[in-house]
Amino acid sequence: MSASSLQQQYHQQKQDIPHLKSILVDNSLTFAEKAISIKNVEARNKKSKVISATGDIVVVDVDLAMAQDSTGPLAIRSLDEMGIDKLHDPSKVLLIIDHTFPAADEKVANLHALIRDFVSRHNCLLVEGSISHQYILEYLATPGMMILGADSHTCQAGCVSAFACGIGSTEIAAVWATGQLWLRVPETIKINLSGILNKGVFARDLILDYIGKVGEDGANYKSLEWKFSKENVRKQFSMDSRACISNASMECGAKISVFPVDEITRNYLNQNPRIGNGNLEKIEIQSGDSARYIDEFEIECNNIEPQVSGPDNVDKVHSVDELGNLEIDQAFIGSSTNGRIEDLEIAARILKSRKVHNNTRCVVTPASVRVYEEAIKRGYVEIYLESGAVFTNATCGACVGTHLGALGENEICVSSSSRNFVGRMGALSSKVYLASPATVAASAIEGKIADPRRYM
Amino acid sequence: MKGAGDSSSLTTDGNILIGRAWIFGDNINTDIIIPFRFKSRTNDPYEMAKYAMYGFDPDFHKKISKGDIVVAGRNFGGGSSREQAPVALKYAGISAVIAESFARIFYRNAFAIGLPALEIPEIKGKVNQGDELKIDINKFSAEISRTKQIFQAKNVPEFMRQMLLEGGLVEYYKRYKRFPWAH
Ligand code: SF4
Repeated sequence: MSASSLQQQYHQQKQDIPHLKSILVDNSLTFAEKAISIKNVEARNKKSKVISATGDIVVVDVDLAMAQDSTGPLAIRSLDEMGIDKLHDPSKVLLIIDHTFPAADEKVANLHALIRDFVSRHNCLLVEGSISHQYILEYLATPGMMILGADSHTCQAGCVSAFACGIGSTEIAAVWATGQLWLRVPETIKINLSGILNKGVFARDLILDYIGKVGEDGANYKSLEWKFSKENVRKQFSMDSRACISNASMECGAKISVFPVDEITRNYLNQNPRIGNGNLEKIEIQSGDSARYIDEFEIECNNIEPQVSGPDNVDKVHSVDELGNLEIDQAFIGSSTNGRIEDLEIAARILKSRKVHNNTRCVVTPASVRVYEEAIKRGYVEIYLESGAVFTNATCGACVGTHLGALGENEICVSSSSRNFVGRMGALSSKVYLASPATVAASAIEGKIADPRRYM
Repeated sequence: MKGAGDSSSLTTDGNILIGRAWIFGDNINTDIIIPFRFKSRTNDPYEMAKYAMYGFDPDFHKKISKGDIVVAGRNFGGGSSREQAPVALKYAGISAVIAESFARIFYRNAFAIGLPALEIPEIKGKVNQGDELKIDINKFSAEISRTKQIFQAKNVPEFMRQMLLEGGLVEYYKRYKRFPWAH
């Protein structure tokens, strides 16, 4: 089934979940405990109430199981080796060609062909040319949904209060075959946000600051629940900025990273109608007041400065001043972490009527076709081109050094993408520094890592 | 133990692995274990094996002997969900990975593809490069031959150990025609 036939809207599908109400109102449970309890296969089979507590191993029903063009081929291979030729429910199976789209060479093209062949044999869903996590956010994810993806940043969909996490290829093949998988109910860390972000400081700076404090494994195996101290604190976090935080939570190892449902979530879902099985009945899960957290963390937004992380590890976080004046070869604005319309907007505001530095390449890559169209409509693309930047199609591309902005020996890149690991964007000797799109755009102009507050 | 890679150093009872240690530090992520641009251009595990630990040493796959064991620090396998990471190690000849801790997805993937992953925080600083190690999959423990110290790895659910003994999820399914966690 192609993306275009997917566009047709389905009727909302009622979910048959025993004791749903009594689980949702249980004051002692975390988000993760509730989300897993309602998808517990044993409870569904017995039509009984089973509370899945932290630490339990639970087999769950999965609502959406995604693989992309670099994890899908291995999943297909595993399925073939097991001799499984029937999928449990093709409408819950999503293949996305996003990482190296369009194919950069013959080897990639052959693997893309393998995926298309699989999709046509099984009549499952295929999307080409939008990054999976952004596509899932725009069209499919819904509160309470159980989403597993063969991509680590699947946790992004926690921004709309879905239970979403990454797994590997062979396990996603098992989900395709049975509609189920085992999960361990994770411990939860509660993060209390207070204060207002200063001018020039964004969600990406906030999450980099947090990762710098807790380390690359600071939330390994854990669920993160983001909470707001006040109305005005909550309101500053748009859906795009929540998506950035949920996505980048993977960089401290989080299993899921969840924002509570509020009117920002509901407005987003109304303005971006769900398609296909995204029309599952929405289940708004709020953690209980007496839920047990393994840790609590306070973040005062007003104390955060623009952050730059790198090189080689995401938790190596510096203030922009510490790294200012470091000369760069490339500035990259894009990826599922920071390639949404708000990111493209701030980059356009900074680049408008200015020029990218002579010694620097600037590459801008939208996260999805929808973001791409919106950037054209709003005139951002003209601004980028006039500034001397390159605007590409939506793809992972430079984020994984596969095409459209790979780095050569000893090159230095400042990037809004997800990771700065050794060789991530190209040569082993190249270096990647991560920052918000604003910092990346300011750096593109100056040819060195630069403070975006000068351009606000 | 069986494995599609047939890379285990086997003794007669089939559940003991013996190999020499390769020492690594903390935060060895999947980009180091196999860079994207190589893993995304093949679906052949033996081809993936040529890039095992490429980010550490592009010739790593030539330097190791069949059955060697990776001993690492904290957060081994962080980053991408790429199952090609444990696959590359396994098909390059690595028989098991011991680490102070594992990143979540790597840990799941290792069991799913039949690469024993033993979480042993106490192993820190105890093993030297080239030490002979003996891993008992039944007991889920590791012994350093030089010092005779035995370390118990973090327990895993029995179905995960069964999956390992079969050589991974695919082998398990081929044998039992069901998944180990299925009701
Ligand atoms: S853009 Fe980067 S982080 Fe996002 S899905 Fe693609 S490769 Fe992963």
